[in-house]
Amino acid sequence: MGAHDVRLPPVQQLAIASLVLIIIGGIDIAGHLPRHAPLGPVIALLAAAAAVLVLNAGLLARVEPFNWRVFRQVAGWAALGYVVIAGMLEYVFVYDHTRGSQLLILTGMLLVFAANIPLLLGFSVARFQEP
Amino acid sequence: MAAVAEPLETQAPAAHAVPAPRQFQIVPRAGVPIVAVAVGGLIAAIATNSLWALEFFHVSGGAAWTAIDLFLGLLLGPIIGSMPVPARVEFTTRLMPKMVLLMPTLVILTLGAGFQLARKLGNLSASAPQHGWVVASMIVVGVMATIALGLLEPANIAVLFELRKPKPNPARIERLMKVFIYTAGLTGLMQIATLVIMTKIASL
Repeated sequence: MGAHDVRLPPVQQLAIASLVLIIIGGIDIAGHLPRHAPLGPVIALLAAAAAVLVLNAGLLARVEPFNWRVFRQVAGWAALGYVVIAGMLEYVFVYDHTRGSQLLILTGMLLVFAANIPLLLGFSVARFQEP
Repeated sequence: MAAVAEPLETQAPAAHAVPAPRQFQIVPRAGVPIVAVAVGGLIAAIATNSLWALEFFHVSGGAAWTAIDLFLGLLLGPIIGSMPVPARVEFTTRLMPKMVLLMPTLVILTLGAGFQLARKLGNLSASAPQHGWVVASMIVVGVMATIALGLLEPANIAVLFELRKPKPNPARIERLMKVFIYTAGLTGLMQIATLVIMTKIASL
């Protein structure tokens, strides 16, 4: 049975939903700079994005059969690339004197962002591979 | 946007030929040092806060990003759609690995330099006359990023892995290429909104 014959959870849709929540939060924070954005909505967006990510990873982990070797291969290299990108963005935040709770939230957003993309890319390729 | 790909069913039988597997690098290693130099230049521009360097990376990166998106989605897409499947596969095999490196690099150069530039010029401040336009540009970029990261890039990577299979599936390649070309065209059209916003910011 091919991987594409298995009923797959909505991994792509959930990853996009998580990304959208992070992007809305990022725009909210950036739109208020250099002042601090009200933290309540931003924390709620980050928590929702992280929850969707965890749910997505949980749903994907239960898929059998699935070509996990290819998933790990693609997700691993994508993670390397996006850790570099997230690291650069973190560097810009620190360089621009972002501190305290705002830096903590932005770092959390970057982590969720950097985790979503490898999951999405790994899934997009592995779903079409024979298990 | 113009129609991108003619359905397989409507094509001549010769066009149905299953493409042979091919060996190629999904991420062209020869391009990695060029990317490293460009990203290194961006880091130096941000670290030195040089107005010229930030404007250079933002304008040149943004111009290339916009032009490639529009060219790919509105000109090349319909041309690829009119080609027989083996020719499409041949073209895709040569184009897509380069896009894997090129587009993320252009995006990070444009956005990284642009954000720092807005910060340096004070355009991010709520009291700045350009603030509304800057936030509008962030929203447009946010939508483009969602399309690019959620649809375009996964389709790009998936089609490359499909092409390396012993028996690539032409229908799947066509479907993934359609997603790639359509989303490239869509982000290209959104780039026009970005151009309007950026010229507004520069004019205020």
